[in-house]
Amino acid sequence: MTGAPAVAAAVAGPGAAAGPLLEVRRLRKLFPIQKGFRRRVVGHVRAVDDVSFDIQAGETLALVGESGCGKTTTARCILRAITPSSGEMLFRTREGRVVDLAPLSRKALAPLRPQIQMIFQDPFGSLNPRMTVFDNVGEPLLVNGVRDRRVRMERVAELLRVVGLRPEYLHRFPHAFSGGQRQRIGIARALATEPRLVVADEPVSALDVSVQAQVLNLLLELQQRLHLTYLFVAHDLTVVRHISDRVAVMYVGQLVELAPTSAIFERPRHPYTAALMRAVPVPDPRIRSGDVALPGEIASPASPPPGCYFHPRCPHAIAACRTDPPALRAIAPGHYARCHRADELALETVAVEADVEDRPGPSPPDAAGVR
Amino acid sequence: MPPTRTAIDPGTPGGGPAPARSMTEAGPPLLSVRDLRVAFFMDEGVVRAVDGVSFDVASGEVVGIVGESGCGKTVTTRAILQLVEPPGRIVSGQILLRRGATADGNGPGAPVLDLAALPPRGPAMRAIRGAEIALIPQEPMAAFSPVHTVGDQIMEAILLHWRQWRPDGPPLRRRDARQITVELFRDVGIAMPEQRVDAYSWQLSGGLRQRAMIAMALSCKPRLLIADEPTTAIDVTTQAQVLNLLRDLRRRHRTAIIFITHDLGVIAQIADRVLVMYLGRVMEQGRVDDIFHAPKHPYTRALLRSIPMRHAGRRDPLPVIAGSIPHPFNRPTGCPFHPRCPDVRRGVCERRVPRLDPVGPAQWASCFLYGDGEATA
Repeated sequence: MTGAPAVAAAVAGPGAAAGPLLEVRRLRKLFPIQKGFRRRVVGHVRAVDDVSFDIQAGETLALVGESGCGKTTTARCILRAITPSSGEMLFRTREGRVVDLAPLSRKALAPLRPQIQMIFQDPFGSLNPRMTVFDNVGEPLLVNGVRDRRVRMERVAELLRVVGLRPEYLHRFPHAFSGGQRQRIGIARALATEPRLVVADEPVSALDVSVQAQVLNLLLELQQRLHLTYLFVAHDLTVVRHISDRVAVMYVGQLVELAPTSAIFERPRHPYTAALMRAVPVPDPRIRSGDVALPGEIASPASPPPGCYFHPRCPHAIAACRTDPPALRAIAPGHYARCHRADELALETVAVEADVEDRPGPSPPDAAGVR
Repeated sequence: MPPTRTAIDPGTPGGGPAPARSMTEAGPPLLSVRDLRVAFFMDEGVVRAVDGVSFDVASGEVVGIVGESGCGKTVTTRAILQLVEPPGRIVSGQILLRRGATADGNGPGAPVLDLAALPPRGPAMRAIRGAEIALIPQEPMAAFSPVHTVGDQIMEAILLHWRQWRPDGPPLRRRDARQITVELFRDVGIAMPEQRVDAYSWQLSGGLRQRAMIAMALSCKPRLLIADEPTTAIDVTTQAQVLNLLRDLRRRHRTAIIFITHDLGVIAQIADRVLVMYLGRVMEQGRVDDIFHAPKHPYTRALLRSIPMRHAGRRDPLPVIAGSIPHPFNRPTGCPFHPRCPDVRRGVCERRVPRLDPVGPAQWASCFLYGDGEATA
């Protein structure tokens, strides 16, 4: 990739003076495809393919994309739940040192783990049903050397209060709680070790609408109060728009666009981002979108197409898109896109049609696209 | 309309809210659910999962049922298919299906069958299930057998119902059933249908699997399609494809669709009429435009307010509904929503259950803000 150094310098967000909390550089995670009796490696799934971005202290960076785009794999690499194949993940510790998380051993990682914590998607599967709230939330404390039960008890009671649960619930089991309450318990557990970076993998997508709003409010409030930094992995763009400062869009293992939230929602520069936004159903029956569907299927990360990975589905593809892989480049200050035509396209984010029923037929693909 | 008139809602002319609308706009309904009650009899107590639900569905109409987990939306549709599993059962109510030869040929004299009165495992119900009323389940991965090809599973349904319909006619050959399946796959937009028929469900992507599921649901040309959160487990771009497909089907075959979801965006995009449910009761019912632009029930209003997109200020706290959905064993007295309701009237809402009363020309809400009518228990 030609643009790597430029990208490395460029993907830094606003306020980079103090240095970002996390710098991800050319991160790659390949999973081998094995075949036959001898488990011969016949290829690789490029789950994360040359991804670079920064996360500033105190901001929320959203990582969005469809299933299989590599957003969860990226998050798991940062948590070092898995080891990346190559690349750097430079983390600024509480003491001010900058450590590359990628090559560290289990032992070397141990003192850093409390600073990076995770909130899980499924509030039913992520809490141990045989452990009380105290044991569930207090376990990270115990693992990190808080041996005194009374100290742990006080700390857990305080954490429950922070996430809006009554400390009296300490000795209840997870089954006694609703989905939203369980997610609060999960958040309390993530906060137990006073993390600096919280990786939230779809933290509200399993919750009901009314409860989702409560948990989103809690996450925003905690961020302000505890100066947390979030990496927010999500597919729900309405939630992302509400909670994040910047948005990174992934497609087939690559970052295709990265920009401040308002910029990306007002004027996306990558056709895939625009297509994702058009596909979100608008909660207003008067704005019935027409044929918003992208044609075709998401490309396989095991054998991505040549050129731009998105070109087989892209309504704006030109000859160059089929042969030359585009680089992630700056289109506007702080706005990066991986598209040959990012400068010339004016992409629509809402496909509004007066009456779907009387639609005459498919419109020419570029009718709404090119200026 | 004699077939659907019941004594359940004596206060509303025409025997309940929905018929009034169906009479004026779309002829007699294909399906009329009347005061349906489904309960689960557990050791710990009785859960009233569906507690007096009435609505109509006409041919070519999409009725959306929205509500949060535990509101009874899925159980309602399971009851229509007589698929409520023990310890649950239909306690009372009617599920009236108007039977006709074709989707649009249900004349006023067509016979009406009460599905709730049929034995769940009897031949009559089996002939309806899958053939006249089909289901698109939420999880296409779990709904297909992993050890049979998707084509085999769809052909099985075609062959089975063919025999039911034409016990004396010539048997359908397997080759013909396969051809029908290929055509169905083409119809729902599966590329390379001849090859995909022989694929196993786990070889298909999420979108293709859901399309295959829809093809299976359509295999016997049902007049009513029940889509139970058909797009919840799939990505937005695939969801857009599936929604387009369902809209297209409705237009081409005049299939009636009951669409269940918790996603208000999806409902706004696909439904003609909407039922808002909470703890087994219909809170509000009306045309989609009225529900979204003139919601009457405090619960509908609160649900709409909690969608982030409708809220202009980014990062501002979202308006929330206080508390959480009560546990089914701790069902509140009176109006089920009263403990969380911002407009609760003390002394009224916790004592009595409001009746679903008209609040507009084609809109009904069960709330004491709009009337004093009390539901019959």
